[in-house]
Amino acid sequence: MSGLRKGYVRPLDLRQGRVDMTHGSGGRAMAQLIEELFTSRLGNAYLGQGNDAAVLPMPPGRLVMSTDAHVVSPLFFPGGDIGCLAVHGTINDVAVMGATPLYLAASFILEEGFPLGDLARIVDSMARAASAADVPMVTGDTKVVEEGKGDGVYITTTGVGVVAAGQDYAGDRARPGDRIIVSGSIGEHGMAIMAQRESIGFAGTIVSDTAALHGLIAAMRASGTTIRVLRDPTRGGVATTLNEIARQSGVGMMLQESALPVQAEVAAACEFLGFDPLYVANEGKLLAIVAPEDADSLLAAMRAHPLGQRAAVIGSVHPDPQHFVQMTTAFGGRRIVDWLTGEQLPRIC
Amino acid sequence: MKFIDEFRDGDLARGLAAAIRQAARVDRDYHFMEFCGGHTHAISRYGVSDLLPPNVRMIHGPGCPVCVLPVGRIDMAIRLAREAGVILCSYGDPLRVPASGGLSLLKAKAGLGRKSGSNGAGGNGERRGEIRMIYSGSDALTVAQQNPEREVVFFAIGFETTTPPTAVLIKQAQALGLTNFSVLCCHVLTPSAIASILESPEVRQWGSLPLDGFIGPAHVSTIIGSRPYEFFAEEYRKPVVIAGFEPLDVMQAILMLIKQVNAGRALVENEFSRAVTRDGNRKAQRLVSEVFELRRSFAWRGLGELPYSALRIRREFADFDAERRFAIRYEAVADHPACECGAVLRGVKRPQDCRIFGSVCTPENPIGSCMVSSEGACAAHYSFGRFADAAVAQ
Repeated sequence: MSGLRKGYVRPLDLRQGRVDMTHGSGGRAMAQLIEELFTSRLGNAYLGQGNDAAVLPMPPGRLVMSTDAHVVSPLFFPGGDIGCLAVHGTINDVAVMGATPLYLAASFILEEGFPLGDLARIVDSMARAASAADVPMVTGDTKVVEEGKGDGVYITTTGVGVVAAGQDYAGDRARPGDRIIVSGSIGEHGMAIMAQRESIGFAGTIVSDTAALHGLIAAMRASGTTIRVLRDPTRGGVATTLNEIARQSGVGMMLQESALPVQAEVAAACEFLGFDPLYVANEGKLLAIVAPEDADSLLAAMRAHPLGQRAAVIGSVHPDPQHFVQMTTAFGGRRIVDWLTGEQLPRIC
Repeated sequence: MKFIDEFRDGDLARGLAAAIRQAARVDRDYHFMEFCGGHTHAISRYGVSDLLPPNVRMIHGPGCPVCVLPVGRIDMAIRLAREAGVILCSYGDPLRVPASGGLSLLKAKAGLGRKSGSNGAGGNGERRGEIRMIYSGSDALTVAQQNPEREVVFFAIGFETTTPPTAVLIKQAQALGLTNFSVLCCHVLTPSAIASILESPEVRQWGSLPLDGFIGPAHVSTIIGSRPYEFFAEEYRKPVVIAGFEPLDVMQAILMLIKQVNAGRALVENEFSRAVTRDGNRKAQRLVSEVFELRRSFAWRGLGELPYSALRIRREFADFDAERRFAIRYEAVADHPACECGAVLRGVKRPQDCRIFGSVCTPENPIGSCMVSSEGACAAHYSFGRFADAAVAQ
């Protein structure tokens, strides 16, 4: 990508320019796109090596690796865009394993005709998110598909981190008696996207909660409490994530509807569109299953962190051979909080 | 949420539950049918049954528009996309309803069952249809405007609540001069379904379906008013209480029904007076009768062919009638032999009485339509209430 002689190449036109097939062909146009649009924004020593792969130093510990494709529509939404979402999503997947995220990789599938200015905004947003999270983007790839064969841009990010021996937040460790904590109000990402798609005026104040959670998780780990399971309730929402944990751990759960933190705007938009906040995606929240005696101290540690101010205990784990997640409704009845069926919100992340 | 939370208040619910326990005589049982899927959903989602004494039982009725669609109607929609090559626009729920040959609109959308194996567009030159999920009928109109070279069909289903919006769409399409938009009209009528249940041998002759009264529809009644139910109260001596879709509405209606039964009365009462009048929405009614007329007969899942129980598009709007436009006819198809949706829709069986409930038939792999929509009796019981069937350790 280096070796281009300045002056022979006109800089990318970020105002009028669009992605064309040459941007993925491996020739000079691609080299220019990578240099001017990607490395200049995401730049760091590893990316700057310009090799086919990054060679990275590795602290001691076990390697944790996760990958996530992002196909969200619209690409820009209140509170974020596909760029920062792709950074946060993968950092969170690594962090909820109890690991310290170290490096990110990104792969872009661009559609012919996509405005270069929009791409620059997205990459800027990724760069800001990666820099704020202090996790560098160390390698990447770009492909271009013909117009009509993609939807603007798809981004796949991969993250690696390290976890110390003894830190095991696997989904099969929930035990009867444990408490269930959510780190804040639920359903904001999904409803921000939905409000944007459906142009719902009154829901325009809903902002996606997209955020990197490794700082909050570090604070939780530092609290010295016995955390059994950590997971970020993205697609399918809190309900689906709890069902996954209940099945993995072979337990049942009982939630208290009145304890669920839900913003009034989100509740109203869900009501209006016929959604249940329990099933709506989050991108900056986590669920923690904690030993009962440690619930209060963990809650206090979470609330002391900016991303955990509205953390709440929402239920508990109990023995149940059927692995049902149930809820005591605020109305006074009881019901199952089942797996999500079908597709509640396509293309949410 | 203002004006919503008030109708879901736990303290008021406990008060009403106490009043119901007090009013319900211990020497008899009460069997009430909630006609609408909206009520079924509210009862299941908020756990209303847990607040009722054991001798007050709710029977789920047929008022779920997706549930009452027969297989042959879904087949028509698939044929329109497959054979006529149209862009078929449908709400989300009908997409998952099982159709003939192991298909559903969702599977047809993904290309299953298509003859050519290629995934490219129109491999052998034929124009391939599309199935799109929409959130509102007006989205279908937008699709038609954006694709002037394609035929666009809106798969219109629902009871009287959704009929006026479809009428508006057709009038709008006419005003816009759209020549590529039509409607596959599957709108059905509530009073016909109620009459069919009251006339069923299970209620009239054998008495195997005890029925002491109805919770009348909420949204449907905002359109048709409370007057159409007066006939049922008078002729069949069954009290009807029209109720809103919030859980407190349902409980209040149950209390009102118990009082009527105890007093030996059979009247139409209106709990949902904040939205329903005796005459309903006259403007909407006029619009509907301008665009639609009664069908001589319509096949319902579970209830069979019912005379004058559905609407079709009037001849004056024939251009917008997909059935006429594509000369497509309804063909009856038998339901899955093990599926009890028919009996569930008539209130004769409960979801858990079906031997494939929860095993073969689940929301992920629905065999019958009642397992599809969240308003369907089987899906509601599966998603919210099936813990009651299992001995659950607390």
